[in-house]
Amino acid sequence: MTGPDVQRALSRIAHEIVEKNHGSANLVIVGLQRGGVWIAQALASKIADIEPELVVPLGLLDVSMHRDDIDLRPASQVAVSDIPCDITDTTVVLVDDVLFTGRTVRAALEGLNNFGRPKCVQLAVLVDRGHRELPIRPDFVGKNLPTKNSDEVLVAVDGVIVTSGATS
Amino acid sequence: MKHIRSISEIGKPGVLAIIERAKQMAEINSRPIPKVPALRGKTVVSLFLEDSTRTRLSFETAAKRLSAETMNFSVSNSSVNKGESLRDTIETISDMGVDAFVVRHKSSGIPWQIEQWTDASIINAGDGAHQHPTQALVDCFTIAESLGTISFEGLTISIVGDIRHSRVARSNVEAFAMLGAKVILVAPNTLLPPDIDHWPVTVSTDIDDVIRETDILYMLRLQSERMDQGLIPNLSEYGNRFGLTEKRVAILPSASRIMHPGPMNRGVEMQVDPSLLSQSLIHRQVANGVSVRMAVLFTALTFNDDRENAIERLAKETAQ
Repeated sequence: MTGPDVQRALSRIAHEIVEKNHGSANLVIVGLQRGGVWIAQALASKIADIEPELVVPLGLLDVSMHRDDIDLRPASQVAVSDIPCDITDTTVVLVDDVLFTGRTVRAALEGLNNFGRPKCVQLAVLVDRGHRELPIRPDFVGKNLPTKNSDEVLVAVDGVIVTSGATS
Repeated sequence: MKHIRSISEIGKPGVLAIIERAKQMAEINSRPIPKVPALRGKTVVSLFLEDSTRTRLSFETAAKRLSAETMNFSVSNSSVNKGESLRDTIETISDMGVDAFVVRHKSSGIPWQIEQWTDASIINAGDGAHQHPTQALVDCFTIAESLGTISFEGLTISIVGDIRHSRVARSNVEAFAMLGAKVILVAPNTLLPPDIDHWPVTVSTDIDDVIRETDILYMLRLQSERMDQGLIPNLSEYGNRFGLTEKRVAILPSASRIMHPGPMNRGVEMQVDPSLLSQSLIHRQVANGVSVRMAVLFTALTFNDDRENAIERLAKETAQ
């Protein structure tokens, strides 16, 4: 995906979110630290363009304390959650850059419950690369990218690159 | 960092990593449900062989908020009263399968001594007059929170009182100096430690000389249980010369802050009601105690070599 491809995919996802939820009332966009943050910001601003009469709250969620694999991973840089409103009875759209095993999303669903009980949680990702280890499915996808388990997927505003894990 | 026993042992990268981690913990503590499963399945033992309120309770709260199991040990109803040695006590508790000891003991060096008797992480909650690293981390976090930065460059911190018997002072002097602060110790000569020449500090015996240039006024508790050797004439004379009085609050610069590690001796070093002082950070120190101790437990209990290398790499990246 090139930079313009990323923008087009985000615009489409923004429209799909508004369409599926019949507007932007009662929505909260929550980006997952750190990769999902800029995507969540982009989606929130695109949704604001589509439905200018409402401001959609934007939150950030760090899931590192809810992971089931803390001991297996190298230390992550510290990131802090910031949920600006009560999410009880809202529709939360979780946003991340890449959906892979699904473990981050599982941790996010658990973490979200510390802040309240949403009516409904939806999942938007820029890239779905497959290899799920948990029964988790995205509601909004920018692009399905077939990958090998060992590949690395790098996501940035100016595009998406897949590098082979064998060479890196 | 498997063990957190002194400020010099964890070094500046360790101090910065724990303070950074504590920000994340502070956010967790502000949630409607302040509990995360990060340390599920780990067991933390509080081994307090000396009295404590805030340190013991904040460690216990910290462990619970991270979903660790906690075991409590108090001398009064343990086999220590039947003459069991510290070594046997540690080995017995270790055999039950524990991941961390939080230890307070009246003798300096105990946290290093017990390392040979257990594979668990050891966290020093105060050893004699030696170190109290988690208090120093709490204080650094509280100052950083108040300043909005973790660099103490250009900051003057005056520590007033019984330096000689104070493990809080020893840990804090190291940590404050490490982060770039200028540290002034204020005490009568009898309450200064004999090795003071080697400390990164300047020394004064008159609080009124330094108060106008002080950004953080750190009052220590006068350890009256250790005042039986004629070190001070009497409590009221000490209070008049070294205590925080209305007059001294009045000449303290308005942007300066007042700290105290607790427990306070009201009417001795604290002659004003600190809850009425807008400059007081004392309540923040207590509140932050839980967040910082969560960061300490998380850091020690999720230790592995890969992780350690990554922390060092991140610290280097941040420093650049």
